[in-house]
Amino acid sequence: MATAQNKKASGETGFLYLPLIAGWLVPGAGHFLLRKWFRGALLSASIFGMFAIGIAMQGKVYAGAHDILELLGLAGDLGNGLLYIVSRVLGLGADQIQVTTADYGTRFIVVAGLLNVIAAVDAHRLRTGRKA
Amino acid sequence: MFKPSHFAAVVLFALFASMVFGITQRETPRRMVHYGLYCFVLFVGSVVVLSWLMFLIAR
Repeated sequence: MATAQNKKASGETGFLYLPLIAGWLVPGAGHFLLRKWFRGALLSASIFGMFAIGIAMQGKVYAGAHDILELLGLAGDLGNGLLYIVSRVLGLGADQIQVTTADYGTRFIVVAGLLNVIAAVDAHRLRTGRKA
Repeated sequence: MFKPSHFAAVVLFALFASMVFGITQRETPRRMVHYGLYCFVLFVGSVVVLSWLMFLIAR
């Protein structure tokens, strides 16, 4: 009984892939669901911060894939989950890269997406018990 | 528009990436901090070394 209550309290019941999906859609949400508040807050701050700085540097948000490099960029951007969708809806970021800092901004946005995928997979590992 | 210097951009990138690497790649808080610092030093250190190398090659 106590074990079941502990599991329920730590979010270890219900849909197995919920922390993975939530963590992908909203940075840090997977860890918040598992009551890893501090880890989730740090991950969230890092990924939100990196994405926001990329946008502030007028980085490009990939909208389509005309060649293999753009396809890779789009795949990285999609890792941001809802952040990507919101930025596309609001028209954030630049269409064309015109200055060096904008090129860095584009990398910041792509890497924020890749880091978010790592964080979401980490939440899944916590959920399945592969990580403490 | 936010326009950091090249070095500031590197430090920001290293800071955020190291935090995520530290938290996700290690199990205990103490090891997370150590690994995060290790990644940060490697990120920034490799940039400084490679920058000097490119500077010397370009001369």
